Amino acid sequence: MAVALLLALLLVTAGTLYLFVAHPWWFPAGASAYAPAVDHEFHTAFWLLGGLFIAAQIVLLVLLLRSWRRKKSSYYPGNWRMEVAWTTAIAALFFWFHFAGAHVWSSMRLHQPDSGALKVEVTGAQFVWYFRYPGPDGVFGRVNAQKFSKPYEGNGLGIDPDDPAGRDDVVSSSLVLPVGREVELDLHGQDVIHSLFIPAMRFKQDAVPGMTIRTRLRPTKVGNYEIACAELCGMGHYRMRGLLRVVTAEQFAAWLKQRETQQ
Amino acid sequence: MQERSPITAPRATSRFLRRYIFSTDHKVIGLQYFFLSLAAVLVGSGLSLLMRIHLVWPKAIIPLIGEIKPEDYLGYLTIHGTLMVFFVLSTVPQNGFGTYFLPLELGTSEMAFPWLNMLSFWTTLASFFVLISAFFVPGGASIAGWTQYPPLSAIAAAGPGQGMGTDLWLISIGIFCIGSVMSAINFVTTTVKQRAPGMRWLRMPLTCWSWFVTAILSLLAFSVLLAALLLLMLDRHAGTNFFVPGGLIVSGRAITGHNGGSPLLWQHLFWFFGHPEVYIAILPGMGLTGHLLSVFSRKPVFGYKAMVAATIAIGAMGFMVWGHHMFVSGMNPYVGFTFSTLTTAIAVPSAIKVFNWLGTIYGGKPRFSTPFLFSAGFVSLFVAGGLTGPILAQPSLDIYLHDTYFVVAHFHLIMAMAGLFAVFAATHFWFPKMFGRMMDERLGAIHFWITFVGAYAIFMPMHLLGAAGHPRRYSELTGVQYVSAMEPLQRFITIAAIVTIAGQLIFLVNLFLSMFKGRVAGSNPWNCTTLEWTLPSPTPVEGFAGIKPEVNHGPYEYSVPGMETDFLPQNASATRNH
Repeated sequence: MAVALLLALLLVTAGTLYLFVAHPWWFPAGASAYAPAVDHEFHTAFWLLGGLFIAAQIVLLVLLLRSWRRKKSSYYPGNWRMEVAWTTAIAALFFWFHFAGAHVWSSMRLHQPDSGALKVEVTGAQFVWYFRYPGPDGVFGRVNAQKFSKPYEGNGLGIDPDDPAGRDDVVSSSLVLPVGREVELDLHGQDVIHSLFIPAMRFKQDAVPGMTIRTRLRPTKVGNYEIACAELCGMGHYRMRGLLRVVTAEQFAAWLKQRETQQ
Repeated sequence: MQERSPITAPRATSRFLRRYIFSTDHKVIGLQYFFLSLAAVLVGSGLSLLMRIHLVWPKAIIPLIGEIKPEDYLGYLTIHGTLMVFFVLSTVPQNGFGTYFLPLELGTSEMAFPWLNMLSFWTTLASFFVLISAFFVPGGASIAGWTQYPPLSAIAAAGPGQGMGTDLWLISIGIFCIGSVMSAINFVTTTVKQRAPGMRWLRMPLTCWSWFVTAILSLLAFSVLLAALLLLMLDRHAGTNFFVPGGLIVSGRAITGHNGGSPLLWQHLFWFFGHPEVYIAILPGMGLTGHLLSVFSRKPVFGYKAMVAATIAIGAMGFMVWGHHMFVSGMNPYVGFTFSTLTTAIAVPSAIKVFNWLGTIYGGKPRFSTPFLFSAGFVSLFVAGGLTGPILAQPSLDIYLHDTYFVVAHFHLIMAMAGLFAVFAATHFWFPKMFGRMMDERLGAIHFWITFVGAYAIFMPMHLLGAAGHPRRYSELTGVQYVSAMEPLQRFITIAAIVTIAGQLIFLVNLFLSMFKGRVAGSNPWNCTTLEWTLPSPTPVEGFAGIKPEVNHGPYEYSVPGMETDFLPQNASATRNH
């Protein structure tokens, strides 16, 4: 019994260690401007808090094992100096970690996108993503729920045909972006809350009905990246997949031109 | 109290009804809550088993149920979360053990409002049946998860289960809120007004402190949830616009009649309840763990006052951190940063508790009885789940990890697993006082080790799924390619879950066998100092029989130097003071 237990414990520990060190399942390679900073921060977190985790488990184990040799318990109701010491130490550690990472959050969300950023509007609907480019006029056409027609009838976003700004808008089912250029993503939800999750970009943002949420992103590597929905949005939540294609600036210009002429 | 009421000898059946069913005796009500939670945890675990099986064997035919569809999965998910959070973790540690033992540990024979106490239980029971009934209505249970974010929860056309299923969910939890508030009033009043002579605030056991603080949290948090539920109900049926914005197109149709509501308002209200709720679930477990580590290490709690201060700090700060659930919601990023700082701050009192638990074991000669095993296991799991807290509190990291399995691992370890370990510890510990017999130690140890290894085997790999970007609440793995690649690990987790849940049968066997066959317990089998152990086992109906004990000592006087025994009961005469 005890042997089986020890084996089970060792097996779980070894298995977990292997998975965390060799990580066959881990973050995909980062491909956006702020991905290296996020990864660096996660790395710090992993070693700092992982270290604390292992240290605490070892202390617990050692305390339990050592107690076997003891004859009787000691009367030791506390020690204020120790309380102050460990409270200060752990608070310093946690707050250092917190403030050290603050600039990453700031670069992700507190800064407005560059003025020359490419504008893309993202709309989440059960269970597809729509990506809209404003066309040559640089202005998105008005959306009017009354003008909506089923996606296969061609106006799944409900773009108002009476608004001239909307006539040159390009609507795509995949997100195509030029590498290295700042992108201003405006997120909407059409029906319920969705969440645009692009793991390789270290990007996630809820798309909320009734709100326009402005975010920024700068892809740094050419390639195809999967998009998942990360906010429970109904039956098809698990298959609300999208695709991000990061291409060169020339390829992007050609693609956009071709789509614009199709309109 | 009933037993001494002047009404003469009622008929046997009505006596039975009043004694065991419609009883105002806090001990009976405590047990009623205990068995209600036991039923809820059985259903809740069953649902998690079905979800795990469906996830990795989607075509599996389950006996009596058949093939599970994505919407069934989401219905199970909603009810699993709701049952576990409300009817298990908020019910048994607080209302189960608390209702039974708070009065006894304070040295009184009844709660402040016995009739209200009975009403709280029956209200909670009613809400349980309303919740379960959602499985049997057209469309089935709600698919919006236990957080019920609108518009998904506000628009019936948004999915199956979003019609009557969601109404039943809202009604059920509304009733639950009322029951919890009534019960909380009872806990607070009892603690403030009914303590035995000499039971000063700083002589209260840590269990009582955490029940007291938890009751204050319940009082404030459930009231807010109740208000939010009513508003959502009005949005659904009375055409109000609290949470539903205009211009929605759901299932190919424009939704008319709504304009200007804010889905984020619900999230603020929900998490203003929801985060304190996390502490409602775990504070009683934290108090109990400190208590049991002291009893079984035969040592005073290390830093009793620091523990009390940390409990109060966690309770107070628990109301200031709700926004850390909303970093990706579209909330103002400056506000997000403030919530992040406050969340980092609340990690400190939690860490203080861990240090003091370790300090309590340090220098002790523990008895490795089952309650001690589960309490030590609580510390291990609390650390495992707790240390991912500062990671998720960091908005830049939470962006990636939010709504992935990393979060699932975090809260299951710290709240669900640690919480359950405290419940197992409490059950073994107080069983003799509740039923007059001991639970089997050997079965207890086997059950502990299976559950301990199982908890890690199930939830550690989930961190990796989260790191690889696996979103939670996916009913199948086939929809997104990189998610499909994680199937082997998901399969391992399912197998671990099946084994661990099967291991819980040992606990059930032990529980029910010991009620009838267990070794008969004396009044104080664990040599404890607190007042409930001065009564015979099982606790007599009349409790202290109207005579409040006099309290002369703190709750954790173990191994006091110069004494014959290694424990000094709280009501021992003052002259024996050291």
